[in-house]
Amino acid sequence: MSLRAGDQLGEPTRAGDSPERLALSRQERRQLRHQLGWVEQTLAGVTEAIERAVFTEEHARSPGWLQGLDPRVKLGMFVVTVLAASLSHSLLALLLLYGALLLAARASLLPFDFFVRRVWLGIPFFAGIVILPSIFFTSGGPRLFELVIGPLHLGPTPASLLGAAVFVMRVGDAVSLAVLLILTTRWADLLKSLQVLRVPQIFILLLSMTYRYIFLFLHTVNGFFEARKSRTVGLTSGSEQRTWIVAALVTLMNRSFQMSNEVYAAMCARGFTGTIRTYSDYRLRTGDVLAFLGTALLAIGLFFLGRVIV
Amino acid sequence: MSVMQVSALQPGQVIYQLRGVRYRYHGRHLALDGIDLEISHGEQIALLGANGSGKSTLLKLLDGLLAPEEGYMRALGRDIKAVAAGQETFTFHRQVGLVFQDPDVQLFSATVFDDVAFGPLQLGLPREEVKRRSQEALELMEITHLADRAPFELSGGEKKRAAIASVLSLQPEVILLDEPTASLDPRTKWVLVNLIRRLGEQGKTIVTATHELEIVPLIARRVLVLGEERRILADGQPEEILRDRALLVRANLIHPQLHRSWLLTLESETEPQAPSDAPASSF
Repeated sequence: MSLRAGDQLGEPTRAGDSPERLALSRQERRQLRHQLGWVEQTLAGVTEAIERAVFTEEHARSPGWLQGLDPRVKLGMFVVTVLAASLSHSLLALLLLYGALLLAARASLLPFDFFVRRVWLGIPFFAGIVILPSIFFTSGGPRLFELVIGPLHLGPTPASLLGAAVFVMRVGDAVSLAVLLILTTRWADLLKSLQVLRVPQIFILLLSMTYRYIFLFLHTVNGFFEARKSRTVGLTSGSEQRTWIVAALVTLMNRSFQMSNEVYAAMCARGFTGTIRTYSDYRLRTGDVLAFLGTALLAIGLFFLGRVIV
Repeated sequence: MSVMQVSALQPGQVIYQLRGVRYRYHGRHLALDGIDLEISHGEQIALLGANGSGKSTLLKLLDGLLAPEEGYMRALGRDIKAVAAGQETFTFHRQVGLVFQDPDVQLFSATVFDDVAFGPLQLGLPREEVKRRSQEALELMEITHLADRAPFELSGGEKKRAAIASVLSLQPEVILLDEPTASLDPRTKWVLVNLIRRLGEQGKTIVTATHELEIVPLIARRVLVLGEERRILADGQPEEILRDRALLVRANLIHPQLHRSWLLTLESETEPQAPSDAPASSF
C-alpha cells in the first residue's frame, strides 16, 4: 500500500513516548534553544536595531527646527561643529557646546530623556576605558591620592582628571552631534546630502541599496530560524547545527546573488546604462544660510574660547 | 491623464516578431522552446501559464533583458540580441517598460519618489519634467502620500502600486506586467485591473503574465497559453480560451477537482462581465 500525504499524522504515539521521555524532550528543547539562541538572538537584535533606526525617522518627520533645514546645510553644520569640538581643549567650551546642542534638540522637538540617554548610556563606559590609564598613570604634580601596587605608585592629579573630563566631554559632544543629525534627518536625505562632500554618486547609491536590502535579508534570515525552530523537536549535535548554519548562509548568499541580478535587470529595464543620476529638490533658503552662519560663528567662538580659557 | 503620451507607433503595426525562439538558463534549464509569436501595437494580451511555464522569461525577452539562444526575434524594429547586448538599450527602454513580479526587486531606491523618478532621470530629462512625470505616475496609482516613504515600510499592495508607478513614469508605448495582481487584496486587484484597462483604452500595448483566470476577460482581448512544455499551447480570444476546459487542465491552469464551481460558472455564463468605469475608491 502506498503512503499518502497526511498518513503519518494518523500514527499512534509510540510506547516510548512516556511522560518522562516527553519531559526529557522539553529539557532537550531548552538546551537546544540555549545552543542556537545566541545566533538567533543576535540576528533578532540586529533586526530590531535596524527597525528601531527606521522607527526613529518619526523624529525626522516631526516639524522641528533642524528638520526644517536643508540636509546639506545640516551636514555642513555638523562637520563644522565636530571640528570645533575636536580642536577645543576647554571643558567650559565643550560644556557650552553641549548646552547649545540640548537647546537645538529641544527646538527640534526631540524628547529630552531619549536624546540624553542615547548619548550618555554608553559613552562614560567606552570613553572611560580608553582614558582610565591616563588618569592614574601620572607623573609630576600633586596627586589627589596614591595607590601603591607593588613597585607602582598610581594616582590621579587635577590635570589628569581635567584631561579625562575634556576627553569624555569631547566624545559626548561629537556623539550628540551625530545623534542630532541622524535623528532629525531622513536617511535618504542624509545620503543625498553626502554629494556636498563630493562623495561619488555610485557610492551613495550603493549605500542606499545596502540600507534598503539589508532589512529584507535580515527578515529572510529570521524566517530561516523560525522555520527551523518550528520543525525541531529533539536535540541536535553541534556539528548538525554548524552544518545548518552554513547551509543557511549558502542559501542566503544564493538568494542575494539572484536578487542582485534581478535588481540590476530592473535598473536596466528603466534605462540604466551605468551613469548614476539622482533627483534632489533641495533649495537653500534664508533660514538655512543663517543657521549655517550661526553655527560657523559658534564653532569659531568655541575654538577661540578654548585658547583663552582652559 | 497626460502621463500617457500620444503613441509614435501606429495601431496594428507589428512590433514583436518571434520565430522558433528558444531560451535556456545557464545553457541547461529550458525556459522557452519553439516560440512563434507576433504582437501588434495596441494589443492587450494575457499570457497564461502555470508556475515555471516561462511567462517571466518571455516577458524579459520582450523587454530586451534576455536574448534568445536560438531563433529569430525582432522588437520595435530592432534585433533583440543587439538590445540585450547593450546596443540601443537607451532608446528601447524609453518605449518598453516591465513591471517585475517581485516589487522588492524594482524598488531599490531610498524612497518611493526616488524609485518613480529613476526611469525619467536615466532618460536625461530636465528636472521639472522628471518631477512632473513622477508626480503624475504617483497620482495615477493613488500613492502620492507614499512618495517620501522607504520601500520596506510599504505593504505588499502599496509596493506593487509603487513598482507600476516606477514604470509608468517612463511613459512607455509597451507595458509588460509580470503577475501584477498576485497576492493582492481584492480592492487593490480591482484598482490594477482598472488601470490596465484604462492603459489599453489609451492605445498602449499591454502584455500581462498571470495565472489568475478571473481577471483575463477584463484585461485582455487576446490570450496566449504557455504549456508546461514551455511552448505556446494556444492563442485566441479570452472567451474561446477560457471555455476550453481540456486546454486549461493541460496547461495546469485549473484542476478538475479544485475548480469545479468555477467551471460550472463558466459553462452557465455566455459573456464575461466587464467592469464599470467607476473609480476604485467607490468600490
